[in-house]
Amino acid sequence: MSNKVIAGVPVQVNAEGFMTNPAEWTKDVAIEIAREEGLPELTDAHWKVIDFCRSTSEDGKSPTLRTITNGTGLTTKELFALFPKGPAKKVAKIAGLGKPEGCV
Amino acid sequence: MKTFLILGAGTAGTMMANKLAHHLDQSEWRILIVDKDETHYYQPGFLFIPFGIYGPDDVRRAKRRYLPQGVEVIFSGIERIEPDAQRVILTRNSQVVYYDQLIIATGTRIVPEETPGLKDAGWRQNVFDFYTFDGAVALSKFLRRWPGGRVVVNVAEMPIKCPVAPLEFLFLAHAFFHERGMRDKVEIVYATPLPGAFTKPRTAAVMGDMLKDRGIHLESEFNISEVDNTRQVVSSYDGRELNYDLLVTIPVHMGSTAIQNSGIGDALHFVPTDKQSLQSKKWPNVWVIGDATNLPSSKAGSVAHFEADILIENVLRAIDGLPPSACFDGHANCFIESGFGKGFLIDFNYDTEPLPGKFPMPGVGPFDLLKESEANHWGKVMFRWMYWNLLLRGAELPFESQMSMVGKVR
Repeated sequence: MSNKVIAGVPVQVNAEGFMTNPAEWTKDVAIEIAREEGLPELTDAHWKVIDFCRSTSEDGKSPTLRTITNGTGLTTKELFALFPKGPAKKVAKIAGLGKPEGCV
Repeated sequence: MKTFLILGAGTAGTMMANKLAHHLDQSEWRILIVDKDETHYYQPGFLFIPFGIYGPDDVRRAKRRYLPQGVEVIFSGIERIEPDAQRVILTRNSQVVYYDQLIIATGTRIVPEETPGLKDAGWRQNVFDFYTFDGAVALSKFLRRWPGGRVVVNVAEMPIKCPVAPLEFLFLAHAFFHERGMRDKVEIVYATPLPGAFTKPRTAAVMGDMLKDRGIHLESEFNISEVDNTRQVVSSYDGRELNYDLLVTIPVHMGSTAIQNSGIGDALHFVPTDKQSLQSKKWPNVWVIGDATNLPSSKAGSVAHFEADILIENVLRAIDGLPPSACFDGHANCFIESGFGKGFLIDFNYDTEPLPGKFPMPGVGPFDLLKESEANHWGKVMFRWMYWNLLLRGAELPFESQMSMVGKVR
């Protein structure tokens, strides 16, 4: 666990860089993390996914990829296009949530 | 007379039936268990079938043999579970069963249909699973005559049953081809959606080295998008393509269709369950155990076994009108067969990843943790006997249900 300043806001992050307190998150924080993750611009489609994850998160954990596709109506392919490589992990990071559970 | 209904007579359901028959006053309670299949499979044994180490009869027995007297058994599918009405509708004659307490132990199943192209022409020709009895037997026949080539072992999506089984399959395949003098004719590729060889960091590092030493290529963060069996290629969402001559798939896992039809599960049809009490998150007289839960623990027989010790305590309290008190800690304990008569043992829970050290066990132990040894292989071999003769019957085993730090080294 360590402290980091993102977009001028002090936030707590874990060893893998995931925020540990979802309440510290702001939209500006999201934009800044997205840049670090190689996404220079967040479109409406990105925000739709981020908002979905924040509104359905339980215990500060982000939903799984399948929950996101079921809940947003986007296909897995579209999610990979929006958030290349690992969409579930990437969205979790940008949305200020913990890694989705179920990876055990 | 009150009814205690158990759905599913697999590992978890059978253990609970035995425990309930032992504890409940049978003049007050009727215990009923429902399952669609009359055969009990020792699922950890499926892994050994493709390599001819176990035959079909090593892994199957009649379910009824393991269910105690005094437990009524109905062999039927399940149409719907209606927790608000406290009833379950069976597929056989649309029979309706009302219950006072319900345990859902309907497990998980593979759904290869979820991956486009996976069940096309190549299915059980040069594309196999080993997570079903039929798949494991079909693959054993194929391997007997296979001249060699490129085998891709692919995990479609997490979670899967027994997350170490794909690794064991790779180690055993390496040993199998080596012992047949054809390892140089076989290229082995492991394509997994995980960032490394396993979910937990220290085990991932040890297993990653094991793969490297055996010349097995690891293709990590590979999220399969489709299979094209005409070209014999699997593709990932990020545009990677892997050629194969033989594809061994660990398909998408989902909960039972009964959970799906009843609308009581999550996106993968696993039932939302309190991770400590094992009570349904919605209905206080509904309990969930084993692979059917959505818990962030491994889907494995050892987990079901540790959960059963917790669950029996909590349901007995519930019957007496008390709130649950026993807490499941996510404990899992897995032997990992690594080939050439050796194996690993890992022991972990929700919070503590598998650590090296020693695992004490009265009489036969200690076993090495996170380290290869011959004793661990014999532990795994011996476990099949324990499973049939002790574990299913709900007997006490020399393992604690809560994980212990004794012998572990951080």
